[in-house]
Amino acid sequence: MVHFLTIHQLLEQLRAGELSSREATQACLDRVEKVDGRLNAFISVDATDALAQADAADQSRAAGEDLPMLGVPVAIKDVLAVKDQPLNCASKILGEFNSPYDATVIQKLRAAGAVVFGRLNMDEFAMGSSNENSAFGPARNPWNTDCIPGGSSGGSAVAVAADECIASLGSDTGGSIRQPAALCGCVGLKPTYGRVSRYGLVAFASSLDQVGPFTKDVRDAATLLQVIAGADEQDSTNVPEPVPDYSAALSGDVKGLRIGLPREYQVEGLDPEVKAATDAAVKQLEALGAEVKEISLPHTEYAIATYYIIATAEASANLARFEGVRYGARLDGADPEEMNRKTRGAGFGEEVKRRIILGTYVLSSGYYDAYYLRAQKVRTLIRQDFLKAFEEVDLIASPTTPTPAFKIGEKTGDPLQMYLSDIYTISCNLAGLCGISVPCGFSKAGLPIGLQLLGKPFGEPDLLRAAHAYEQATDWHTHRPNLD
Amino acid sequence: MEYEAVIGLETHVQLKTRTKMWCGCANEYGADANTNVCPVCLGLPGVLPVPNAEALRLTALTGFLLNCDVPSYAKWDRKNYFYPDNPKNYQLTQLDFPSTITGFVEFELGGELESVRINRAHLEEDVGKSFHFADYSGVDFNRAGVPLLEIVTEPDITSGDMAYEYLNALKSILEYGGVSDCDMEKGQVRCDVNISVRPIGQQELGEKIEIKNMNSFSGVRRAAEYEIARQIEVLEEGGQLVQETRRWDDDAGITDSMRTKEDAHDYRYFPDPDLMPHRPSKEWLEAIREEVVELPLARERRLMEQYELPAGDADVFVGDAALGNYFEEAAKGLKNPKQAANWVINNLQAKLVETETSVADLKFPAVAIGELIGLVEGGQISSKIAQEVFAEMFASGKSPAIIVEEKGLSQVSDSGELEAFCREAIEANPGPADDFRNGKEAALNFLKGQVMKASRGKANPQMVGELLAKILNG
Ligand SMILES: [Zn+2]
Repeated sequence: MVHFLTIHQLLEQLRAGELSSREATQACLDRVEKVDGRLNAFISVDATDALAQADAADQSRAAGEDLPMLGVPVAIKDVLAVKDQPLNCASKILGEFNSPYDATVIQKLRAAGAVVFGRLNMDEFAMGSSNENSAFGPARNPWNTDCIPGGSSGGSAVAVAADECIASLGSDTGGSIRQPAALCGCVGLKPTYGRVSRYGLVAFASSLDQVGPFTKDVRDAATLLQVIAGADEQDSTNVPEPVPDYSAALSGDVKGLRIGLPREYQVEGLDPEVKAATDAAVKQLEALGAEVKEISLPHTEYAIATYYIIATAEASANLARFEGVRYGARLDGADPEEMNRKTRGAGFGEEVKRRIILGTYVLSSGYYDAYYLRAQKVRTLIRQDFLKAFEEVDLIASPTTPTPAFKIGEKTGDPLQMYLSDIYTISCNLAGLCGISVPCGFSKAGLPIGLQLLGKPFGEPDLLRAAHAYEQATDWHTHRPNLD
Repeated sequence: MEYEAVIGLETHVQLKTRTKMWCGCANEYGADANTNVCPVCLGLPGVLPVPNAEALRLTALTGFLLNCDVPSYAKWDRKNYFYPDNPKNYQLTQLDFPSTITGFVEFELGGELESVRINRAHLEEDVGKSFHFADYSGVDFNRAGVPLLEIVTEPDITSGDMAYEYLNALKSILEYGGVSDCDMEKGQVRCDVNISVRPIGQQELGEKIEIKNMNSFSGVRRAAEYEIARQIEVLEEGGQLVQETRRWDDDAGITDSMRTKEDAHDYRYFPDPDLMPHRPSKEWLEAIREEVVELPLARERRLMEQYELPAGDADVFVGDAALGNYFEEAAKGLKNPKQAANWVINNLQAKLVETETSVADLKFPAVAIGELIGLVEGGQISSKIAQEVFAEMFASGKSPAIIVEEKGLSQVSDSGELEAFCREAIEANPGPADDFRNGKEAALNFLKGQVMKASRGKANPQMVGELLAKILNG
């Protein structure tokens, strides 16, 4: 039952000598073996490498060493570079590529003693909201394997929710951490843009991407964020803001904390069960002493369009390097141009190609001002909306997603409908805020529902404090899917 | 109808930095293929660029050298195009907020002072280099990510000669400032030429024709001359020019069409989200401004004026900046700086060449040249002995006074001692002595030579002449 443990529970047992990292790691590997055939959260697992790291951690501990995550198995989204491990971004185009270097967050995990293992499934190049856009097949929701787990970090959410690892890392460009966390019933945190290094995170949209933790409770989210946050000389967009003690932030209560409810978030298509669960969660926070008030974010309706212009424009350039010249899969052609066309045509999936084409279009001469430039201006307005709201409130609460998990295949024919499932999460990235999703209930069909809290830039302590207080007052985070 | 040419140049210059623009790989020419590479300059998935502070400094310095403004805000843009030598398939460059703007370069052309306005000098990254073999191609990425400055002129150039002189002036400015080695052989300077012609008096510019990737200045001159003549010919024959890119064939001495405007790239520029805008601080800019060296043309003019040097000497000191600095040090406080120039050019430079050493290796300070000149002027040594003293200075680094003292080279000006030498010479050479007495003035030189020889050059030649005449005329 070791795989069910949280980070802090496992550390307690490791420190007490009741358990070894090898046992914990083996338990996770066994769990993957047992359930992942049904869930497809992992693209691959290098068990030998994982156990070698676990043994090294056990030796360190035997030698008297203690580190913040010594011996804790953490699984990694297939978008983060891990030295000598495959890096596919759930795409065919990278072929047999292995990364020759560690991402900064991986270096930080290793420095904290964590056992870094597995390549977690995702939407190809982090483009998608359902994990259906994976060259390695869809990941499945552990609460109902006919349903999507959310995306793009679907595998990261599934692996945590199904106890295939103790915690995992994912990335969030428009909700890719919070949305699957909500749909799978675990905690997902998107840090403030610039809080966590992006070096070694394969870029989808550079101005929106951020790495963050998936965990079984809020305390673990604080622990894992503590390890991965901080300045990095290899990322110019990283902000050299001091990293506060996130675990210390958990101890405070929420009395007097001001929570805003955006008027504009009462949208058509908001599932009544989701609304009821999140309303109840807000009531709970109010009962704990928080002050709740309505706020306005007037430019909300432009967020999705703005996002799909900026994100795809950046992606069209970021993904240009995948053409088979230096690495990855290559299809030969008579000249370099034909080689590019064939390689990219065969290597990328439909959604990725759709977004590259869209991004190429919005940057084209003659369209740039009407799309890209205008989107940048609207992005500034959206950010101002939030900064203004944060003069009145400390946090903003909303559902994480408008509906619980939908069926696999249900929205694949309608990309626009799919894009709408990110409606509550996208603005956070455009405005450079931090956000968290915590479990706040279940639908009648037994699917998890998430509460999203958004914080001001570098407001992670408030975010964690409120989420933790809520979690302490409820038991949603202790529910587990039945996979036996 | 009379036509005039309108020419603008875009010159790409590799900056002389220790490492590449975004990573720690060596910026080094001639290494084995793909040895100076890392995940960043290979554009591997997940990597991010970090700006090279030295490249930013050299860019601002170039701005000052080219009389440009260095704005307080500059940003980076992605220029998108696919090519196998372009690792990310976008090139980082500066589109609308470059690091330096609006300057000018001055140079001499046919004895006149000319000026070409600089539109901008912006920073970008170089790409790799393609090689084509029998049945495959390869790319060497050692050059990928090397900092490259693109220096763009306004269309102020009117002839091939003017383009040529502008490029030479630019090269010497960049070498002078330590910004680039400008080694054409190593591809450190590449040039695109934009040329159009129009009837004199017409305001509107003619169709712009671009000649890409020129790698020699004389090639630019020839290509410009060819292209001007070609365009005028087309117009005179009633033809139409179209905006196009042409290639210069150096062997054939002609240009031919590469592509027309219709198949021009849409580079889809947009701001790079991986890099923060560069906002140079006042302090940073001031510190760089203090490093700005005097430009060659300005220095030549000043040397001629301040030290009253002929153009030839000033040229030597501009061509070899270290030697020029040495001269200025030596000339400090001298009444006749031309003499110092003579020593530095005729003696010092020759010695440096002969020993294959440089000014930096010299064992004696510049002020010693002034001391040496002082000894000659003060009559302590003859100019012939001065040569000997100089050789010793060069070898040992000792001061001229000490050398003269140690070697006993001090000129004999004691009339008693000199008289003894003179009488000996007259006795030993009665023939020439008689000749002089009989009115053959030239015979005196012979006797003078004998005295100098006997004194091993130390006798004061003027006094010897006077004494000999006095004795003979008795
Ligand atoms: Zn490199």
